[in-house]
Amino acid sequence: MAETLLFNALREAIDEEMARDPYVCVMGEDVGQYGGSYKVTKDLYEKYGELRVLDTPIAENAFAGMAVGAAMTGLRPIVEGMNMGFLLLAFNQISNNMGMLRYTSGGNYTIPTVVRGPGGVGRQLGAEHSQRLEAYFHAVPGIKIVAVSTPTNAKGLMKAAIRDNNPVLFFEHVLLYNLSEDIPEGDYICALDQAEVVKVGSDVTILTYSRMRHHCLKAVEQLEKAGVSVELIDLISLKPFDMETISASIRKTHKVIVVEECMKTGGIGAELLALITEHCFDELDARPIRLSSQDIPTPYNGALENLTIIQPHQIVDAAQQLVAGKI
Amino acid sequence: MTQADMGHDIAAAPGSASGAPTCSADVTSLVGAHAERLENLYPSVPATVNREEGLMLYRDMTLGRRFEDKCAEMYYRGKMFGFVHLYNGQEAVSTGVIKAMKLQHDWFCSTYRDHVHALSCGVPAREVMSELFGKETGCSKGRGGSMHLFSKEHHLLGGYAFIGEGIPVALGAAFTSRYKRDALGDASSDSVTAAFFGDGTCNIGQFYECLNMAALWKLPILFVVENNKWAIGMDHNRATSDPEIWRKAAAFGMAGEEVDGMDVLAVRAAAQRAVERARAGEGPTLLECLTYRFRGHSLADPDELREEAEKEFWAKRDPIKSLAARLIEQGLATAEELKAIEKEIDAEVADCVEFALAAPEPKPEELTRYIWAED
Ligand SMILES: Cc1ncc(C[n+]2csc(CCOP(=O)(O)OP(=O)(O)O)c2C)c(N)n1
Ligand SMILES: [Mg+2]
Repeated sequence: MAETLLFNALREAIDEEMARDPYVCVMGEDVGQYGGSYKVTKDLYEKYGELRVLDTPIAENAFAGMAVGAAMTGLRPIVEGMNMGFLLLAFNQISNNMGMLRYTSGGNYTIPTVVRGPGGVGRQLGAEHSQRLEAYFHAVPGIKIVAVSTPTNAKGLMKAAIRDNNPVLFFEHVLLYNLSEDIPEGDYICALDQAEVVKVGSDVTILTYSRMRHHCLKAVEQLEKAGVSVELIDLISLKPFDMETISASIRKTHKVIVVEECMKTGGIGAELLALITEHCFDELDARPIRLSSQDIPTPYNGALENLTIIQPHQIVDAAQQLVAGKI
Repeated sequence: MTQADMGHDIAAAPGSASGAPTCSADVTSLVGAHAERLENLYPSVPATVNREEGLMLYRDMTLGRRFEDKCAEMYYRGKMFGFVHLYNGQEAVSTGVIKAMKLQHDWFCSTYRDHVHALSCGVPAREVMSELFGKETGCSKGRGGSMHLFSKEHHLLGGYAFIGEGIPVALGAAFTSRYKRDALGDASSDSVTAAFFGDGTCNIGQFYECLNMAALWKLPILFVVENNKWAIGMDHNRATSDPEIWRKAAAFGMAGEEVDGMDVLAVRAAAQRAVERARAGEGPTLLECLTYRFRGHSLADPDELREEAEKEFWAKRDPIKSLAARLIEQGLATAEELKAIEKEIDAEVADCVEFALAAPEPKPEELTRYIWAED
């Protein structure tokens, strides 16, 4: 075990995979000489050269499409979105070509690509830099979506995403890069499609992902003191959902809360709760709860920003009311 | 690279514009600036071909033409659906460029007007017609349709239905070629990619973004503009500030060339020059082919907007008839031999229709197959 910051865990994963497979390459804005705006590709340019760690011009749609063409002809590109929000400009390529092309081509081509970068609401970055595109991309067929939340899963999932033969949208969180933790030594993989049971419990299931995992952990601490036993699950895979793990937990607790950072309308929780209703309707003893961000552009003002996203006390309140039968 | 290295008709550097002479011939001005440009192109040296090559080009163009005529027939008979964009009139571009490249080695990227590019790449007519009928034997297993023809075997990167979205994909294929050579040290990696697209597509961001990156990294790619003057109903001259697309190359410091897109030997010669530069590591070329489509934008287009005089002007320059005349004039083939080729092609086209009609539909239980790499 070695203590590692999350950004460095990602860096190690990319470095090890690039050493292992010469077809793995990185492309994006400032990934090379500058080392990535969150240092996820630090020093890789010096180590692997300017073609394997390619500094691109600011042209999101074109370099995303270039990654598709490179993948179709044998490479395994990792595309960095300097901020995942900028990939709005690459929606065309990510949807039509990364997502749909394998199907449309009748299986002629595979598109082994990873599109990674910082998402989520940071600290007073303003509306445009605080977007949660996982929700916008959720409907695109043919794409896997994962969100990492700890140095350990960041490294294992990055390696799995690079080795996967499908396009993977890989969401990091702008506020988690400096999270520190002991991670296993050497080569290890975390399954892309498996949720992580963070804490076993029996009264209520809380489903969450990315930074909200840490808000939930704070809430769980208080809830435990109040005698509420929480089963906390980090979804990890936002598409497809690990319904097996999720259903098993709900069969045990019969109560569910989804905590998410995306907006409520058309969010991850919306789809997740629809599936839970379909799969586990008879298991639920109370209506499911959804704690999501407000349906507004994230305001700059710090206090307003805090009001926009879910805070730990709201999770505590919701869980207490739910187990007390007040909801 | 100096202009002299790249031939006389290369994009001039900004400030030293040395474009084609202007002309005021009354006949051509009647049918507009596009025709005028064609009339006043600098003469370029056409490719010299032997008998075998000449017949190969003739066969490919004839296949393209007759295949498309059959498509129109099948569409009106209700055998194919959706948007179907035919290529009649533009055959010299597909044949001129693709047949100047190495099949199953170089890479090719098309648009929604992709049937004839697929045929030139060597995708069997049976697979293309089957795809248009939505059959399992189609090159995209009936999942793609007219605008989404793909064949990895024949290095066809695809038909792309959105304007401009194929250009970055083509750039990626060119990047792979360079990556294998320079990052992986594979000296045999010398494939070149050709991306085909229209005049209207030269107004979208991805086009410029890719010209920049291709020139910046000296990628082995040909940007082949099929300037047929129209983007559905939008006249090229009303859509773009400088209608001479080839000149945009100069802004990126890359080679640019304009060529008579109705003359397969002229296109072939220009493509050969561009491919040679690309293989030598000298980077991309923007090749503007002046051409015209003989039919409406798609089979759903009544084609009421374009002037008769304009259509006649271009019909007189039918690239297949011109090549036939040339082959006969140069003693490379007789009229009877060309007739015999046409008969063979007609048989091939009839065969592909028969094959496609009889071919199986995709299996309903395979509806969700091909979403993931594993299936
Ligand atoms: C992004 C996008 N916008 C609009 C369209 C609709 N559309 C299809 S073809 C076309 C005109 C394209 O003209 P051009 O590039 O000159 O090619 P041509 O059809 O003449 O071969 C348009 C607007 C589209 N397919 N994709
Ligand atoms: Mg056009």
